[in-house]
Amino acid sequence: MKIRLDHVVKTFNTFRAVRDVSLEIESGELVALLGPSGSGKTTILRMVAGLEFADGGHIYFGDQDATDIPVRDRGVGFVFQHYALFPHMTVQENIAFGMKVSKVKREKAAIAARVVELLRLVRLEGLGDRFPAQISGGQRQRVALARALAVDPKVLLLDEPFGALDAAVRRDLRRWLREIHDELGITTLFVTHDQEEALDLADRVVILNEGQIVQQGTPEQVCRDPKSAFVTRFLGDANRLSAEVRGGVAYADGAAIAAEGVANGAAEIYARPGDLDWSAAGPGISASVTRVLDRPGGRRVIAVTAAGEHVEFDVEPELAVRAGDQGFVTLRRAQVFTAS
Amino acid sequence: MRRNVLPGLSLSLGVTLFYVGLIVVLPLAALIIKAASLGPVDYWSIISSSRAVASYRVTVLSALGATAFNLVFGLALAWVLTRYRFPGWRLIDAMVDLPFALPTAVAGISLTALFANNGWFGSVLSEFGIKVAYTPLGIMVAMCFTSLPFIVRTVQPVLEDLDPALEEAAQSLGGSDWTIFRKVIFPLLTPALLAGLSLSFARSLGEFGAIIFIAGNQPMSTEITALLVFIRLEEYDYQAAAAIASVLLITAFVMLAVTNLLQARALRYTARS
Repeated sequence: MKIRLDHVVKTFNTFRAVRDVSLEIESGELVALLGPSGSGKTTILRMVAGLEFADGGHIYFGDQDATDIPVRDRGVGFVFQHYALFPHMTVQENIAFGMKVSKVKREKAAIAARVVELLRLVRLEGLGDRFPAQISGGQRQRVALARALAVDPKVLLLDEPFGALDAAVRRDLRRWLREIHDELGITTLFVTHDQEEALDLADRVVILNEGQIVQQGTPEQVCRDPKSAFVTRFLGDANRLSAEVRGGVAYADGAAIAAEGVANGAAEIYARPGDLDWSAAGPGISASVTRVLDRPGGRRVIAVTAAGEHVEFDVEPELAVRAGDQGFVTLRRAQVFTAS
Repeated sequence: MRRNVLPGLSLSLGVTLFYVGLIVVLPLAALIIKAASLGPVDYWSIISSSRAVASYRVTVLSALGATAFNLVFGLALAWVLTRYRFPGWRLIDAMVDLPFALPTAVAGISLTALFANNGWFGSVLSEFGIKVAYTPLGIMVAMCFTSLPFIVRTVQPVLEDLDPALEEAAQSLGGSDWTIFRKVIFPLLTPALLAGLSLSFARSLGEFGAIIFIAGNQPMSTEITALLVFIRLEEYDYQAAAAIASVLLITAFVMLAVTNLLQARALRYTARS
């Protein structure tokens, strides 16, 4: 089912949570709404679900205007951050709930068969008789997903689905959700503030800030070609260096990099830790090392430039570098934006 | 001995047990001993006298009626106080506790004045042929009044803590409001409701001050058990008073035990593996 948001607006008291958002999600697509807290991503998701009503604009499911359809008739599956499992029902009863209360009458045996099928899909065979308090967080979220899928929703909506879980479980569930999506082909929209999660999982990433879409595209598009300093910063660690642009080239203190299409004047250079190189001899931006962090895959160096700006970059694990060392930073790759 | 990080357990344990022994167990034991000093035959003849039995009937039936009424009305009041904010909300919320604070005799006198045939409510009701004051209905009204806070105050915090996402989830799964109340909200309120219910019923069984003004106190029809105990005391018949009081005590105890069992059953799901 294709979803289309057309100039959607939502205000809470005086807070403009969503300002004129238009968005299309193709049938069968897996889309991430990514943004910091307060960016309006959850509000958008809840409006698509029908858990909030838009103050302005329209939401279409296919060709049908769904803006005013209440949540119980909208045919969406919603997965909550904290699972929202019914604590007094067993796993089976939770999954069967939607089928039992639905207007479409189902045979008892059909419901039971579907529950078994869903338990297999979410790999929780044998846990059907447990109560939610008796299973782990990751298992609970899988039950929540099975419960949402049980009513054959047209659209699957997930609100920070893995936010309350620890990192290893989160990674597993992410891969598993992708598999389920590929298997069922259901249009899926999920909200996250974790850029890694969005980039790993989604076909398309929609980045939001202050209630507006700032950029959208495939993970490759948004990573390789961020359109603003905000997107660059938000997608991952980035070093910011003050610079000046003259005739399509950005000049920092000791470094220069191409900046086509950027207006002359004050600018900011953003470079990922992996895009900086360190050498003991010049040329480059003169800096002194303040700290070295050792990690399994390499060393992260934190240094301060002569201009007083902090930079972080990764070096080979074998490189001998210590706090207090003097050296030079060169830019291999960077994004340049007009200073804000 | 197992070392415990949290301090002060043994001293507070001792003080608490001593206090409970002194204030609760000792008087109750005295009551039982007094009643037991009667032989089984005398004991039985006192507690099964027709006047006593009539008093049990009116007390228990009125308490059941009052509790059933408070179950519905108290739940509704708790619901409204948690789900809505309206002008005067704070006042209503504070007033729920008033039956606790008011001397019950004062409550009894005001209720009698209101429900007497020439009172504000009584004069209207008597036009429909309904008599409240000096009937079992009056006993029920007094019990309703004094035990109202129990169900409201036990259910309210649970309703307040209820995760709105549960209802949203149930809605997104297609549940109607009534289905959601019946299958999701009500079962989660059950333990609190049972607790409130048993407190409300126990209070109604033992209520005295508010009732004697409105009840009329006619032996065999509107005489409550607590009053009968009081009458026996005034006649210096301590053994009979203790015997009848022991029936109230045992009833309350059995009822509390049953609701505790039901509560444990309703809370099964919170147990970890």
